[in-house]
Amino acid sequence: MTVRITTEGEEMKALLVGEIDHHSAREARERIDAQVEKTHPKLLILDFAEIGFMDSSGIGLIMGRHRLMNELGGTLRIENTSRTVSRMIKMAGLGRLSIETGGTKR
Amino acid sequence: MKKPINEMRLVMPSCSSNESFARVAVASFVAQLDPTIDEITDIKTAVSEAVTNCIVHAYKDSIGNIYIHSKIFEDGKVSVKIRDTGCGIGDVKQAMEPLFTTGGEERAGLGFAVMESFMDKLKVRSTEGRGTTVILEKYLIRRERNDN
Repeated sequence: MTVRITTEGEEMKALLVGEIDHHSAREARERIDAQVEKTHPKLLILDFAEIGFMDSSGIGLIMGRHRLMNELGGTLRIENTSRTVSRMIKMAGLGRLSIETGGTKR
Repeated sequence: MKKPINEMRLVMPSCSSNESFARVAVASFVAQLDPTIDEITDIKTAVSEAVTNCIVHAYKDSIGNIYIHSKIFEDGKVSVKIRDTGCGIGDVKQAMEPLFTTGGEERAGLGFAVMESFMDKLKVRSTEGRGTTVILEKYLIRRERNDN
């Protein structure tokens, strides 16, 4: 998986490309966290538009980034989740957390 | 018991790079039954969860073998057995509860819940110190073949 990070003002967007599993999540997490800790964005957006496959490791990735943004007083938004990803988000009860959601993929 | 129309076996070490190999290999095998994209995604996700459990939990601080045995049946049934000879699970019921994890902060604790919800049947057998066997089953919807 590759992560493409763009920053605009206080907004940081991480476009995730490829497949998220336990193996690939680690590198993505390290890249995102390093950048968040450097720039302290108010809003972190995880964009799932280019994700072809994801297992529950992706939910761990979302939960961990939510925790990080919370500690820094910022917000996490997740965008363009697929049917499978949305289903796992529901199973994990992430609706209870203050995570913003935007646009869903087919 | 009905005989499978085909079956395959795989053995691989519990390296995390094999997570994607395992799910893609099972998906390619099952492709013979002409599954829908959604069915393939469900199977790939469940296999990925089971194999990740072997890597993260069964062989926590070591590398051991993961054994996969998959069968397909005439009526559209798919079964995937994923077995390890790792540490085993003391309390299977607790391990299967959604959000329960011993895997640390970055693990969601959803593995078994995902396997259960994405497949039609999930069986887990485990003996502490001996290993764990997970059997995943799914019935694919048989579509009318159009042979024109």
